[in-house]
Order: sequence, then C-alpha cells, then structure tokens
Amino acid sequence: MAGMTFNPTRMELTKLKKRLVTARRGHKLLKDKRDELMRQFMEAISENKRLRIALENKIRSANRHMSLARSMVRDEIIATSLLFPKQSMSLTVEEKNIMSVRVPQFTAQFRSSDPGDIYSYGFAFTNAELDDTIQSISDIMPDIIRLAELEKSCQLMASEIEKTRRRVNALEHVMIPRYQDAIRFITMKLDESERSAITRLMKVKDMMIEKAINDRRKRDES
Amino acid sequence: MYKIAAMGDRDSISGFASIGLELFTLDQMPNPSETLHNLAANQYAIILITEALAMTLKDDIAKYKERQLPVILPIPGVSGDYGIGMKAISDAVERAVGSDILKDT
Repeated sequence: MAGMTFNPTRMELTKLKKRLVTARRGHKLLKDKRDELMRQFMEAISENKRLRIALENKIRSANRHMSLARSMVRDEIIATSLLFPKQSMSLTVEEKNIMSVRVPQFTAQFRSSDPGDIYSYGFAFTNAELDDTIQSISDIMPDIIRLAELEKSCQLMASEIEKTRRRVNALEHVMIPRYQDAIRFITMKLDESERSAITRLMKVKDMMIEKAINDRRKRDES
Repeated sequence: MYKIAAMGDRDSISGFASIGLELFTLDQMPNPSETLHNLAANQYAIILITEALAMTLKDDIAKYKERQLPVILPIPGVSGDYGIGMKAISDAVERAVGSDILKDT
C-alpha cells in the first residue's frame, strides 16, 4: 500500500473494486495474448532456425563455386559478365497481423517474365562454375525472401512477448495486490467506524435511559 | 515498390547481381553505415549483408531490429564465419522465453 493515498470512503471503495475487476480482466487477456504469441513464436522460430541453417549451407556452397569460377578465369571477365544484369527484382510488401504484431510479407516480381533468364553473359568466355553459382543463387532466392519474413516476424514477436510479459507481471504482482490491499484497508476502516458509531449510539442511549430513570425517580420522591 | 539490396565485399555478393539485386560493394562505399541508413530510408525492404560487414555495423543494424522494415539479413560471405545469423535467433528466443531453450537442437 506504500505510495498510495486514498480516502477511506465508500465512494473510493466502489472505485477501487471496479478497478480491481478491470485489472483482473486485463491480466487474463494479456496472459492469453502472451501464451498465444509464445505458441506462434515457437513455431516460427524453429522454422526460422531450420531454414537459416539450410540457407547458410547453400550460400557457402555457392561461394565455393564462385571461388572456383574466379580461379579459372580472370577477375575482369567475371566482373564484366555480371556488370549488366538481365534480371531485376522488386518486392511488394504486405502486412500480416499476428496477435496485433504487424509483420511484413514479401512477394517478389521479376522484370523479365522468364525467371530462368538470369545469365547476363555469353557462355564463350566464362566457365561452368560461374553458371552453377548463378543457378544456385537463383534457386535460393525464394528461401531468402521467406527467411527475411521469418526473421523479422521472430524479432518483432520476441519484443512483443517481452513487453506483454512485463505487463502481465506488473498486473499480477503489483497492481492487483495493491488494489486488494487498499480494498481490505478501506473495508476495515469502514467497519471500524461503523462499530464505533454503534457503540457511541448505545452509550448515548444508555445515558439517556439513565437520565430518564433518574428524572422519574426524582419526580416520584417529591 | 520495394527493392532488395546486398552489401558486402565484391567477392561474396557479386553473384546476387545476376538475379536482380542491387549491389553495394565495399569498394564503392566510403562509409558503409551511411549507405545502410540510406538504403533503409529508400524503399529497400530486404538488405542482405555479409557477416563480416555486419560485425562492423552491429550498432547500426540494431536500430532496425524493432522496425517493421527493412529486414537486414546477415549472410555468410567468402571469408569469415561469425555465426551472426544464428546468434540473432538465439537472442530472440532468449528475449521471448527467458533462456535459450533451442540451444542444442
């Protein structure tokens, strides 16, 4: 109850009781939100992890192909081969709402209608390793986009879960006990003053009766 | 319309040019952190970044963690394997759950 000042009145009591009900309902709702977010998060994060491991391996192997390609022809040839890409990629971004966490969803669009149209060079001066590199990078692009979605979702969900958990804890361990204490305090205070009012009344009544008896006695004697 | 960019050393990312990503190689960027902020402000939704470069731009990347866009995705480059991507996943689990429960699975 430290830090809370209130008047022990009936009005204050009603107000606090209402607040306690609201706090309890909020607590329950937030707890449900946290649990559901956590469930979704665990699903997303394990897929995220699986996909990242797979993707990192694929990128490493693409890098190995690239190193081989570089070792066989001059650097300038590789550089000029890749200088003017035929393909260009753009994204449309949509929003998905997971338990009020807004996460981005991407769809890729290619300028050229044929997604296989990726070789920006003639095959005469380059080697097969370069083709392999390009092909494997092109193959993993959908995975990269999916991974981008997943990683962002996981990060946003993680921070939302953290926030929600703090709120749940604050309600459970601070707000609700505080309201309960205050309500108990006011109830006790009100009961106490009621009792003192009753005793006072009883005492007054006793005094009045006593006075009446004395008056009657005096009148009878005279 | 959003775009995808790749940042890092030329050897690691030149392959991505062929499928239509925009490349920002180290030799073109005098100041990579400025480039990153420019990209983030200019309709780039996904920014691939080599782990070696991501290491040096840690603080800049952290600024975009809570934002919806862009997604900054660390990828392994030709040289240097720092496990930044996996680290980010464990960090997220740790934040959400309280401890890294996926550690050895």
